[in-house]
Amino acid sequence: MKRHLLSASDLSYEDAILILDTAEELAKLVDGPVKKLPTLRGRTIVNLFYEDSTRTRISFEAAAKRLSADVINFTAKGSSVSKGESLKDTALTLQAMGADAVIVRHSASGAAHQLAASGWIAGSVINAGDGTHEHPSQALLDAFTMRRHLRDSKGDLAGVRVTIVGDVLHSRVARSNVLLLATLGAEVTLVAPPTLMPFGVEQWPCDISYDLDRVLPRTEALMMLRVQGERMNNAFFPSMREYSRGYGLDDKRASALSPEAIVMHPGPMNRGLEISAGAADGLRSVIVEQVANGVSVRMAILYLLLGGASIEEVSL
Amino acid sequence: MSGYLLRGVSVLGEQKVDVLIDGGIISEVSKKPLAPTGVRTIDCDGLIAMPGLVDLHTHLREPGREDSETVESGSAAAALGGFVAIHAMANTNPVADTAGVVEQVYRLGREAGWCDVRPVGAVTVGLHGTQLAELAAMAHSAAHVRVFSDDGKCVADPILMRRALEYVKAFDGVIAQHAQEPRLTEDAQMNEGFVSSQLGLRGWPAVAEESIISRDVLLAEHVGSRLHVCHVSTAGSVEIVRWAKSRGVMVTAEVTPHHLLLTDELARSYDPRYKVNPPLRRDEDVQALRQGLADGTIDAVATDHAPHPLEDKECEWSSAAFGMIGLQSALSVVQTAMIETGLMTWSEVSDRMSTRPARIGSLRDHGRPIAVGEPAHVVLVDPRGKSVFTLEGNASKSRNSPFLGMELHGRIEATFLRGRATVLDGKLAG
Ligand SMILES: [Zn+2]
Repeated sequence: MKRHLLSASDLSYEDAILILDTAEELAKLVDGPVKKLPTLRGRTIVNLFYEDSTRTRISFEAAAKRLSADVINFTAKGSSVSKGESLKDTALTLQAMGADAVIVRHSASGAAHQLAASGWIAGSVINAGDGTHEHPSQALLDAFTMRRHLRDSKGDLAGVRVTIVGDVLHSRVARSNVLLLATLGAEVTLVAPPTLMPFGVEQWPCDISYDLDRVLPRTEALMMLRVQGERMNNAFFPSMREYSRGYGLDDKRASALSPEAIVMHPGPMNRGLEISAGAADGLRSVIVEQVANGVSVRMAILYLLLGGASIEEVSL
Repeated sequence: MSGYLLRGVSVLGEQKVDVLIDGGIISEVSKKPLAPTGVRTIDCDGLIAMPGLVDLHTHLREPGREDSETVESGSAAAALGGFVAIHAMANTNPVADTAGVVEQVYRLGREAGWCDVRPVGAVTVGLHGTQLAELAAMAHSAAHVRVFSDDGKCVADPILMRRALEYVKAFDGVIAQHAQEPRLTEDAQMNEGFVSSQLGLRGWPAVAEESIISRDVLLAEHVGSRLHVCHVSTAGSVEIVRWAKSRGVMVTAEVTPHHLLLTDELARSYDPRYKVNPPLRRDEDVQALRQGLADGTIDAVATDHAPHPLEDKECEWSSAAFGMIGLQSALSVVQTAMIETGLMTWSEVSDRMSTRPARIGSLRDHGRPIAVGEPAHVVLVDPRGKSVFTLEGNASKSRNSPFLGMELHGRIEATFLRGRATVLDGKLAG
């Protein structure tokens, strides 16, 4: 495995399977009597967040603490755009603190890459979402969730039919998922109005469709992406109602899914826009589970990147 | 010693001759060895002599951003790159939109003395694209401005573009358009294509350039004016210029060295050194630009030398400044992209980097052949060997070169401006 996790494309098939298997083991351990493992004791992990995202930050923080690491939360106000402290100065500060890993969330695509390539930081860099680029730990937790429900927590996702719906153009979740799901052998279809598909998407390793209703019946895992109302001001679509009619998961559409299918959402949801309350809370929904799985997967990422003591050793 | 004897030099890659430079002009060219007295002899075995290079597109940053470049430092870099004349773009602070500012830049160029600095005048006041600047005043000033451009910004308003094209006919001026449809490129970061889709960086679509060029060649045809298109970067732009020329439209075009060699794949590093406007495009575009330059559809290579301080490039890609320095690497890049690939001869390179740019800029004294009686603007090039490009000997105040670490062919040995050496042995000759 590489030293950093910047993109889902950094993960080989073996890396991805190893992370998922490790996450299963760690989940079992912390579900048992041992709530906390000593594997990363004495290691320092920094949450460097340039963008507000309480849920992702808390998830990484919980993962790090369950591995007994010291966690520093560093909320950087602004970036060089808003004349705040530069990425470089912040990185040098973190290096001086002796960070073993930096988990970075940034509104600029590529910020995590730059941090990793710059030589400013010696530790591992984990991309927790960069602009409209990627969010690899989210893709891993999504794959983990799909594997639990559709493949009995084993092996890869060969042949699993995944449909990702919504604002693909601006979605880092979609980018990371398409890459990781291709590595794991799933068959992905992206569904969105043409205006919200990236130019060049035909070359991605997936299918595309503009018609959600045609894709739904054969979908095994349905992932709804958050859509922002402001998009209509830039003529991506005429109105929120029209968007919902074409691409929202309402109760009627949810009933068109096969009974075994699962409904996912990376959160936070816009209930009533891309997903109805009925669909979000329905029997097929695994949205709450995704949150719990996020902690297990992030524990696995930290554990493997930071090379903690072996699981067998610590579980004794 | 005032003169120079270029012993056994190959003019534009042809048979070896002796060239005598004296009194600011080329006083003799001879197939037989010359033996003048009181001149310095330069052994030119293996070297090529070309007419001194002319750049149509240089950003010198003075006045306003002297921390990134001055007229002095930029024109020194130009001399080291084999240039004897450069056109200083108008997007300074204050903008070069009055006779006062263009005369200041012109005067600073004369004082520095490294090459002829020809100021470009802004088309509109403050580059705001709303009101014509006093173009005639700049044309009739001591700076003799003939090229007008809002470079960095596009003259997007069609009526303003039409009027500008018409107005400069009175003094044989030319409008150099930075073709970028503003609405199609809001917050654009890199070429729109497969790579941008993966990197999550906002795309700068080819059509934003091509739609403006299409409009402008039709306007130029309609009003019978001269149009120059800055830094064409797409295969489609080459097609449009080719079509316009076939109709007899008075259009000329330039391409930058970096668009002849680099592609958008480099953005995968998120290294802002590769962030430039117009952006690096696909390999298909690079090939079409090379073809267009070789067949003469594209008239000139122009550097778009754009210095930026380190802090403007050592940050997130989306906050970084657009632009690359390029004066000292230009000829090596052209040799690498065009000569070593067999697409062009040295004579054709000279046509695109000296003769035609001088004509486009109405520089009568430049772009002349190496012949008896002509002004002695000469560059000596050693085309042999290749080396890794470094910032050693970089005269620019900025360091934002995309070519660092790349292997390039050839090097500049000497540059002569009106018979005076500005560069000797690859170093500034003070
Ligand atoms: Zn420009």
